Amino acid sequence: MDPAPSAVRLSVQEAIHTLSSSEDAGHILTTLGSVRRYLGEAEDPALAGEKKEFATVHFSAFLRCLISKLSQEWLELSPDGQLEQLWESFFLEGPADQAFLVLMEGVEGSAGPSFRLMRMAQLLATFLSKGRMAALMEEQCRPQMKAGFPLLQETLLSKVVGLPDHLGNRLQRDNLAQFFPQNYFPVLGKEILQALQVVVNSLRGGLDCSVSFVSRVLGKVCIQGRQKEILSVLVPQLTVLTQDSGLWQRVCWRLAEQVPDQAMEAVLTGFVEVASGPEVLSRLLGNLVVKNKKAQFVMTQKFLFLQYRLTTPMLKSLLGYLAMDSQRRPLLIQALKELLETWGSSSSVRHAPLAQQRYISTAILICLVHLGEPELQDIRDELLAGMMEGVKCHLDSSLTPVRHLGMIVAEVISSRIHPEGPPLKFQYEDSELSREMLALVAPAPEGDCSSEEGGPPLAPAVTKAPAEMSVHGGVSSAQPPGSDSELDSDDEFIPYDMSGDTELKSSKAPLYIRDCMEALAVSEDVQRWEAALQALEGLVYRNPESTREVSVELVKILLHLEDRTSLARFGALRQRALVAVTVTDPARVAEYLTSQFYALNYSLQQRMDILDVLTLSAQELSRPGRLRRPSQHDSPGSGSQCSPTQAVSQPGSATAPNWRVVVEERIKSKTRRFSKGLPQRELSSSPNEFSSVAGHFFFPLTRHFDRPVVTFDLLGDDQLVLGRLTHTLGSLMYLAVNTTVAVPMGKALMEFIWVLRFHADTYVRRGLLSAVSSVLLSVPAERLLGDLPDELLEARSWLADPMSSLHALGTHPGTACMEHASSCVARPVLSCGSHAAADVAEKDADDGCRELAVKALLLLERIRGRLLPSS
Amino acid sequence: MAALVPPPPPPDPQFVLRGTRSAVNALCFCEGSQALERPLLFSGSQSGLVHIWSLQTQRAIAVLDGHGSQSVIWVQTLPQGQQLLSQGRDLQLCLWDLAEGRNAIVDSIRLESVGFCRSSILAGGQQRWTLAVPGKGSDEVQILEMPSKTSVCTLKPEADAKPGMPMCLGLWQLSPQANSSPRPLLLVGYEDGSVVLWDISERKVCSHIACHEEPVMGLDFDSQKARGVSGSAGKELVVWSVDGPQSLQVCGTHKLTNPGIADVAIRPDHKILATAGWDCRIRVFHWRTMKALAVLAFHSASVNCVAFATNGLLAAGSKDQRISVWSLYSRP
Repeated sequence: MDPAPSAVRLSVQEAIHTLSSSEDAGHILTTLGSVRRYLGEAEDPALAGEKKEFATVHFSAFLRCLISKLSQEWLELSPDGQLEQLWESFFLEGPADQAFLVLMEGVEGSAGPSFRLMRMAQLLATFLSKGRMAALMEEQCRPQMKAGFPLLQETLLSKVVGLPDHLGNRLQRDNLAQFFPQNYFPVLGKEILQALQVVVNSLRGGLDCSVSFVSRVLGKVCIQGRQKEILSVLVPQLTVLTQDSGLWQRVCWRLAEQVPDQAMEAVLTGFVEVASGPEVLSRLLGNLVVKNKKAQFVMTQKFLFLQYRLTTPMLKSLLGYLAMDSQRRPLLIQALKELLETWGSSSSVRHAPLAQQRYISTAILICLVHLGEPELQDIRDELLAGMMEGVKCHLDSSLTPVRHLGMIVAEVISSRIHPEGPPLKFQYEDSELSREMLALVAPAPEGDCSSEEGGPPLAPAVTKAPAEMSVHGGVSSAQPPGSDSELDSDDEFIPYDMSGDTELKSSKAPLYIRDCMEALAVSEDVQRWEAALQALEGLVYRNPESTREVSVELVKILLHLEDRTSLARFGALRQRALVAVTVTDPARVAEYLTSQFYALNYSLQQRMDILDVLTLSAQELSRPGRLRRPSQHDSPGSGSQCSPTQAVSQPGSATAPNWRVVVEERIKSKTRRFSKGLPQRELSSSPNEFSSVAGHFFFPLTRHFDRPVVTFDLLGDDQLVLGRLTHTLGSLMYLAVNTTVAVPMGKALMEFIWVLRFHADTYVRRGLLSAVSSVLLSVPAERLLGDLPDELLEARSWLADPMSSLHALGTHPGTACMEHASSCVARPVLSCGSHAAADVAEKDADDGCRELAVKALLLLERIRGRLLPSS
Repeated sequence: MAALVPPPPPPDPQFVLRGTRSAVNALCFCEGSQALERPLLFSGSQSGLVHIWSLQTQRAIAVLDGHGSQSVIWVQTLPQGQQLLSQGRDLQLCLWDLAEGRNAIVDSIRLESVGFCRSSILAGGQQRWTLAVPGKGSDEVQILEMPSKTSVCTLKPEADAKPGMPMCLGLWQLSPQANSSPRPLLLVGYEDGSVVLWDISERKVCSHIACHEEPVMGLDFDSQKARGVSGSAGKELVVWSVDGPQSLQVCGTHKLTNPGIADVAIRPDHKILATAGWDCRIRVFHWRTMKALAVLAFHSASVNCVAFATNGLLAAGSKDQRISVWSLYSRP
């Protein structure tokens, strides 16, 4: 068709012909050499026009021909490797995009492992190592006028990013290490830097360039989830390069802006994760968040509200980035408002996982640190309203960490919006959570943030050793240094434990239970009252007979006892005394206490005290061998230290065990034993004392929970007590292990659980789930099947996904249990709540609930495994 | 780093001496050369007996009865011979001869004071020694030259001072190289809570500090560091020093948990200090820094006296009729 075929076309056609037909090495070499002139590397290069024509029109075809010729014999035509070298040079020196595409095409076109495939893969590796990829990308950054260019770019893009996949697919086990994703993408990162360097240079030279191809490569890599590999190379380098070059900064910004929308989130995630701080982020991204809607959505919505996976330092750099520029600052304020709205919404407090709530609280605190006084004053009313709302929901929560979050955030907000007013101060324990949260606001931030007010006055107090506090400075300074000739080091004077050094009480402790009661009930003498309370536990254990005479009265007094003198260990002392009385006379006292639990006119605290006492007493009663040393029991609520009055009334009692241990050790070391017989101390077996009274503890508590009285509504507002009640019932169930009453207890408890299983409060649900586990642990497996199979199945379908449970049942056909099971499952679920909430193990919002559900399921599995060992 | 390691639990006594059958008011370790082969401890009790305890067998080897069932408030050995001084509430100060197994009263001094003030001695290596005893007038202190029992002087505060009765005495002298002739000085803790330094040779008050609110109950002095410590019926322990030309100066005050210090004693190596508390506890401090080192809660009634032996052993006598013996921070 072409009227006058150009010289280039003719020579290329001839060369292709020669290659395909000739077997003569010399001929082939000269032919190749002549074509090579068009690449411009030879001694007598061709004309510029010819070169261009060759590059755009004939190069790909020629390369394809070269590939098709590739075989071991062909390369060995010239034994000195000259042919091979020449062959490679076409790929490595010609236009990089075409060479790359042809190579990839060749790789993909080959059927299976062969010499040609391996050779091409090696060539590709050389291609990578020689920096040709940078040349490829740099080529794409030049302004292009060619038709069909977008299509070519699209192909290139997918090949560049998909290279590890393609090669992995083709080469299978023979894949080269260079093409593993973890190796390839860092190399690609370096190549991108090279290409950008060229772009920067040509921009300096006044040439126009576009980085959109590089942006697309970056975006695509990030979408594939390789942010870490590529950005951990790219970001540190860019951080350095943008430090003092405005041009580099602009190129970077452009790079981020040109990322396609669908890849924006992936790229930004990578940047936020890898960047070492807000300054870096700001330098690399510029005002991207203002210019690009997608970026804005990702940064201000998605990262903050839809995800919670950024770590605190990342969150800091993200919000710091928003705060660093006046154009971005309104976004920060907006974000704070929205965060506060989410924080204050009662539904999110109830349903969001704890980790997310913590994330949002952290974000709020970081925002507050970044905002200055005037900005805060502008949105003061909104902040205040949000805070009030949020504090209320958080304090209503029955989970301690959630309450703490509410307190901490509220304290910080109020100290920021009313810096001069009286500080809001909650009481919460110093925990890891509180320390971490307060550390966010404690140090005065640098830059334009509020440095006039170095955080609220909440820094956790540094605990000093008491010894150091009490020494007054004058003593040691009075001694002039150096006058002490023998410099005694303090190393040999290590202080002993001085925690027992407490103030003495002057009045005498009562010696009889009735005196104690009188002192507690009517005494106006504060010291006598305190001494009575401290002595009571010991008295009760020493005089069980006289305690039984007055047990109920004594419990009544103790239950209504109020802390009149801010006694340091009032709570623990009262609790231990109550437990002591309950243990001494379990049936009557338990009856009284359980009846009082649902009675009128008790405070919630008193009701919870009743529950605690019942649990602790049950624990004490069920403890094996407890009669041997009745006074040395340990209960969870008690401080381990021996009270001073006890030490006074029984000389030497505090130190006696230590001596005994020393003496025993001495005897042991001096005694030679010829044989190791039985272990010296055997646990003497004794009946579970809880057995006979467990019913008194348990059943009255399950009786009235659905009947609200005027001041006490378990199913309404008093869900905290309900949570405690469920936990208590679970504990009592667990402690009743190996007793005859366990089966009816289990039945009653399962019914109780079934009624409440969709309770909205997390704490209650946790209690229920642990109660399920207690039932599974305490009721013998045979009785579980015989007496409460329905309850078991219902619980199971509640715990696990209904489908998976059916499936699991189906795997064991033919057993009695399973026949029963399938008939039960076929029945419509009783008192169906919402089926959506039916699988706790997977769908509950709370981690703790999920974990407990899984534990209960595991227990169920184990029981089934024990009953059906053969199947 | 060290603060992270939990402190060790308080130690137990090395051993306990029982058998006085009444409150122990005074303790003294046997000093001098014979202490090496036969370590002894002397205790004076409420019932008027002085017990001699062998620290080897941990038994009482002799009981001295010389105060007519009146409480013994002070016992002190003399450095030069096997002689013991005991002061009783029967207004007798007896000198016992203990050499070669004897235990007889060789001399006694009639005291004029009915208070509880313990006496004090100052004995160099020589035959002659000085004794300070509460005097006839309620606020007087009498200085005697012993063994001749000649009265050297009577130290009486100025008429308008009114410090009340002397509660505890401490005789010492400046080291000879500082001053060519040894000048005996006397520290007195008075009822009004003040500590007074007397120059005996000039019979005048050198210095006076009012450092306690309550009567001073016990004091001890470290002549090497020229620092002393006093405890009172109140809650504080005061450390003071004798600076320059014999003037007292308060160095520091240490607050205690419970009020009432019956006795204080500095270990002979000047490293640690022990106090006997009315709160049944013995407290141990680092003497140089006054850092609290231990609170020994062994006794079940108030501790009346503490004493250190030259080898570092600590003994404490209590109203609960027991004497506890402790070995704390013993020297390597």
